[in-house]
Amino acid sequence: MVDEKKLNEIEIQEYSSLVQRVNPKPQVFKHSVWAFVAGGLICVLGQIINNSLILQGMSNGDASASTAVILIFLAALLTGLGYYDELAKYAGAGTIVPITGFANAIVASALEFKREGYIFGVGARIFAVAGPTLVFGFAVSTLIGLIRVFVAS
Amino acid sequence: MVPLYMAFLVGGTLCLIGQLIMDLTKPEITPGHILVGYISAGAILSGLGLYKPLVELGGAGATVPLSGFGHLLTEGVIKGVGEKGLLGAFSGGLEAAAAGIAAAIIFGYITAVLFNPKG
Repeated sequence: MVDEKKLNEIEIQEYSSLVQRVNPKPQVFKHSVWAFVAGGLICVLGQIINNSLILQGMSNGDASASTAVILIFLAALLTGLGYYDELAKYAGAGTIVPITGFANAIVASALEFKREGYIFGVGARIFAVAGPTLVFGFAVSTLIGLIRVFVAS
Repeated sequence: MVPLYMAFLVGGTLCLIGQLIMDLTKPEITPGHILVGYISAGAILSGLGLYKPLVELGGAGATVPLSGFGHLLTEGVIKGVGEKGLLGAFSGGLEAAAAGIAAAIIFGYITAVLFNPKG
């Protein structure tokens, strides 16, 4: 009798853990909050850097470009130290979507292939994820430019 | 200048959309696909004139996400086409995005040389 009761308990536990795995809703909500807050805060950091550069007399365009450079530097450094990927475990898309995620992808894929050497290891693999991103960015934007050239003329 | 809470809301929402795409669609969607998707979507929305209002609303909340990088490319291309015609369609994008791309390559390479893989 007792054994049967224990068995039932185990079955119930297994069943509820299975339900939690199959039913993704609580996870999706948790992931969403993390992504929203982390991504939002990275953008706020960008806005603070951007605003202080403008206050120092920089033009809007230059301030925006400098902000990108600073964020990329910070993300590369934090990836090298191992902190960025630790944050990414919780923040998911919140750390992927901002430009810091682009820098993280560059450093992470370069580090992974470091043993293949500094030229064809790091030098090539740096573009494992950044390459496709830039290819599609340039392809789409250049196509838009070509459409404007030929539609306008 | 855009208030900080607007940067937070717009940037957070763009990241939230990325998270929902990753969680609710096919498991084959990797972070790489998200980056490619965002830069392409930003470039297309910018070409349609829809991304600039978002930048005016959210400031860095719209320019820091990678869709803002796509917007920067398209804006550069459109400016280039206006100044140089066909040549500008090829040169404008890289001119606009030069600082970000160069920084990513230089800092990325130096970091990969100085540090070793963790874990």
